[in-house]
Amino acid sequence: MLKIACPWCGEREEMEFSYGGQAHIAYPKDPHALSDEQWAQFVFMRDNPKGAFLERWVHSHGCRRWFNVARHTVTHEISAVYKPGEPPPAGSR
Amino acid sequence: MGSNARIAGAGRIDRMLPLDFTFNGRRLQGYAGDTLASALLANGIHLVARSFKYHRPRGILSAGNEEPNAVVQLEQGPYTEPNLRATEIELYGGLSASSVNCFPSLEFDFGAINGLASSILVAGFYNKTFMWPRSFWKKVYEPILRAAAGLGVAPDAPDPDTYDRMHWHCDVLIVGAGPAGLSAALQAGRQGVRTVLVEEAHELGGSLLSRPAEIDGLTGAAWAARAAEELDALPNVLVLNRTSVFGYYDHNYLMAVERRTDHLGPGRTPGVARKRLWHFRAKRVILATGAHERPIVFGNNDLPGIVLANAAGTYATRYGVSLGERGVAFVNNDHGFALAVETHAAAGNVPTIVDARDAVGDALLRRASQAGIQVLRGSVITFAHGGKRVESVDVRPVKGTGMARIACDHVLVSGGLSPAVHLYSQAPGKLRYDAQLACFLPDQCIQAVEVAGALNARFLVGSALADGTSAAQRTLSALGHPAPATPPVQAGDELHIQPLWSVQSLLGETLPGKHFVDYQNDVSERDILLASREGFRSVEHAKRYTTTGMATDQGKTSNVVGLAILAGSLGKSIPEVGTTTFRPPFTPVTFGALAGRDRGTLSDPVRMTPMHAWHATNGAVFEDVGQWKRPWYFPHAGEDMHAAVARETKALRTTAGVMDATTLGKIDIQGPDAAEFLNRVYTNAWTKLAVGSCRYGVMCKPDGMVMDDGVTARLSEHHFLMTTTTGNAARVLDWLEEWLQTEWPDLKVYCTSVTEQWATTAVVGPNARKILEALAPDMDFSNAAFPFMTFREGVVAGLEARVFRISFNGELSYEINVPAWHGLALWTAVIEAGQPHGLTPYGTETMHVARAEKGYIIIGQETDGTVTPHDVGLEWAVSKQKDFIGKRSFARADTSRPDRKQLVGLLPKDKSFVAAEGSHLVSGPGRAAFDPARGSPSIGHITSSYHSPNLESAFALALITNGRALHGQTVHCVHAGGLQPMQVVDPVFFDKEGKRRDGID
Repeated sequence: MLKIACPWCGEREEMEFSYGGQAHIAYPKDPHALSDEQWAQFVFMRDNPKGAFLERWVHSHGCRRWFNVARHTVTHEISAVYKPGEPPPAGSR
Repeated sequence: MGSNARIAGAGRIDRMLPLDFTFNGRRLQGYAGDTLASALLANGIHLVARSFKYHRPRGILSAGNEEPNAVVQLEQGPYTEPNLRATEIELYGGLSASSVNCFPSLEFDFGAINGLASSILVAGFYNKTFMWPRSFWKKVYEPILRAAAGLGVAPDAPDPDTYDRMHWHCDVLIVGAGPAGLSAALQAGRQGVRTVLVEEAHELGGSLLSRPAEIDGLTGAAWAARAAEELDALPNVLVLNRTSVFGYYDHNYLMAVERRTDHLGPGRTPGVARKRLWHFRAKRVILATGAHERPIVFGNNDLPGIVLANAAGTYATRYGVSLGERGVAFVNNDHGFALAVETHAAAGNVPTIVDARDAVGDALLRRASQAGIQVLRGSVITFAHGGKRVESVDVRPVKGTGMARIACDHVLVSGGLSPAVHLYSQAPGKLRYDAQLACFLPDQCIQAVEVAGALNARFLVGSALADGTSAAQRTLSALGHPAPATPPVQAGDELHIQPLWSVQSLLGETLPGKHFVDYQNDVSERDILLASREGFRSVEHAKRYTTTGMATDQGKTSNVVGLAILAGSLGKSIPEVGTTTFRPPFTPVTFGALAGRDRGTLSDPVRMTPMHAWHATNGAVFEDVGQWKRPWYFPHAGEDMHAAVARETKALRTTAGVMDATTLGKIDIQGPDAAEFLNRVYTNAWTKLAVGSCRYGVMCKPDGMVMDDGVTARLSEHHFLMTTTTGNAARVLDWLEEWLQTEWPDLKVYCTSVTEQWATTAVVGPNARKILEALAPDMDFSNAAFPFMTFREGVVAGLEARVFRISFNGELSYEINVPAWHGLALWTAVIEAGQPHGLTPYGTETMHVARAEKGYIIIGQETDGTVTPHDVGLEWAVSKQKDFIGKRSFARADTSRPDRKQLVGLLPKDKSFVAAEGSHLVSGPGRAAFDPARGSPSIGHITSSYHSPNLESAFALALITNGRALHGQTVHCVHAGGLQPMQVVDPVFFDKEGKRRDGID
């Protein structure tokens, strides 16, 4: 079980959080301007790297806020935690 | 035989405290301080179990958690517990244990016939033997296998004990209180850091309690007792004995079970939780889990009386038990050699050591000769003679000839040491193979962990103590506690081992007898060689095919031996073959400990509406909807479900019905951008909805598939009340908050769950208006003043209420919302006011029938995440102008193709045929693609199916490929091996014109 530092609440057990998949996948500004392939890319395709990964979590059983986590998918080392809208810290990717 | 196996004056047992116990019904006596295993051996009992597959006689192999054979069933009735190792059970007065795997008795076992049939019980026999004839499986093979399988029986009564859960944060968690763990704990504890020391036995000391040692002028045991006292006095140190760490998880999260009362006997400590499940979060961890001794594989190496050298030493020194009159030791390393000498010193019964090595250190040889022990160097045991106990062994030199048969009643075996890397490996830590020491050792780990003692190849007491101190120093400095650095303990060769896994493969010839590798799963060397010949080259595959290491002992004594034999047969090195994956739990954990207090009514919250008591009093049969208890139907005396639902459904369409709709999800949405927000999440338009009005909405995921639906009301300009499907309430709130926070943080909107703040009573049917008028004389319920899809606030039955004119059944319907604490008062007032108008309470089943008669979908029943609004006939609720989540997906090739599955109604030709929901539909005889011989492709499935008293027929909703084009045609429902013809119709079965929603005055 991971120990995750919520940017608002501090370190908490993983069981308080829910996972939200890859971070920085914004809903397209004008979906209708996209080709079918581009839209399918947005809807269905996500990275699944072995290594550094930027992902979304939500503190479901705490402050209920979303945030981003830089996690290594093999070691589970969390190198950074940052709020929505903030850029990933340098070197976390 | 009596207790004459005790060595006078020896052992850490209390001879003043004799304890009576029974084994297989036989009354026996041991002493306080015994384990069940040591007490049995003290009574001369070596045969304690029958093996799993061949039902061979088995004895006690070890003295610890690695025991594969001596697995017993403890106690009876609700307290009975299977799968316990006799080597770990602390003896208490009145203990009652029995062997497993034996019928009719341990001494005489029918299953031993399996031994005669062992040629068919080889590796993979499950896959090979029980294949044919097919008809034998259900009636012959399965009952026999079920009777033969398993280690003991589960209790058939509820567990009378309680179990607790603990959460603990610490700076340092030390696992194992042998010499290394104790010295580490002292070092860390003295520095004031928050330290936890966990030990599975009841006494701290580990090997110090069972082997002669001198530390600081004290015996090992006295030093351990002094260390325990010092740790006990330190306020920053928590010592947990009788506690087994069984799992090492991410971010230094470890779990352990503490056994608090098992050593006192069942039912004797009322009010005390039997076990505690500990959850540790440690900044740093020190593993000092020791090592397990390995057996050597030779002919009939599983006979009772053949034990690990370490076990013989422990029983002699710690428990004062002699394993027999005359023992032979068979070793290939210094550790085992020294134990044989120590055992002989304590019990005087090991006159012969067979050592596979040619070269043995002078110091050891001198000790042996001083003790009068004969040492046969360069020799091996090839075969053990005996039935229920070893009687003699065949010994011969590795090189040259000359077989000698040595009479004995027990054998001490040591094939080397396997450091207990299990927790380290779980962490996960990488292992390396040390060819000189012939064992796997911790190498690198991604977690903040140190290893010390035998786990780190410091097998001698002195170096283990120093290694523990050194590991603690490294840990302290990582925690920021500057302390004088101690020089790291240089690893020397403390084993002088000459690797020997199997005598057969060493000699390069086939020897008589069975050569066991995994005792608990009865896997022999022959099985591993067969797997290798049959092409199982990966250690993971060979493990599963042979089941090596897959029993409840997880192969603690067999894994390394098994993979070494596999490597040998594949012509590979041991590190090339590698280990299998170590997984939790290290030792078995009971479900009771894992469940803790989350049992019975506490296992899952039960949600009840404020009207629940009325439903229960009035005979409701309840249905679980998520965590909610909802009335399913209200049977009258003598009614079954069918009759009750028929009556309720009829009442709803002819007079009036009343339903508790409280469980429907309710989300309060406020803010200046609330309307714009709804516009984006719902497929239809919301900005122009008038205050006081309601609208049905559908929300989709980005893939365009229906996610939820419900009616939302505009309470004021910036204030909406959204309703959701009962089971989806939390998910929809999560969804709304996610979009607000992550995509549209600029929108000023707040969402609040108010499901439990409001109680909802739905009054439905032609007489609904009359009932509402009686309840709320100050409100105008006329169609003109209070039209369909609007809401009004007013006083109903003396209570402030919001009344919504919405309908999930096509009838005139009012849903009355009052604050939850008034819910029951309103409900009883409605029931009373409805009496003259035939008002009938109804449950979810009638709700389902009525909505299906109107073709209204239920999320999760008509939809399954692959259904668009168009598929279920909701295109009228999809805006062509504005954008919303998922709209782009409707233009994808897949969502716009004409042959998608579409919602249709079905009427069976046989009006009494109520199809099973989920039944597949085929096109039917006379249609293209229908082939009764080869089967036909499914063209869809039934999503809802009921009998309707209003239609006087069964009916169904279904999703069928291009279904709308099939109206009027016949399809066939696959049912009980046959086909039932059904006609495809419009999904609206009742009141197609929708006239009834305004009432039928």
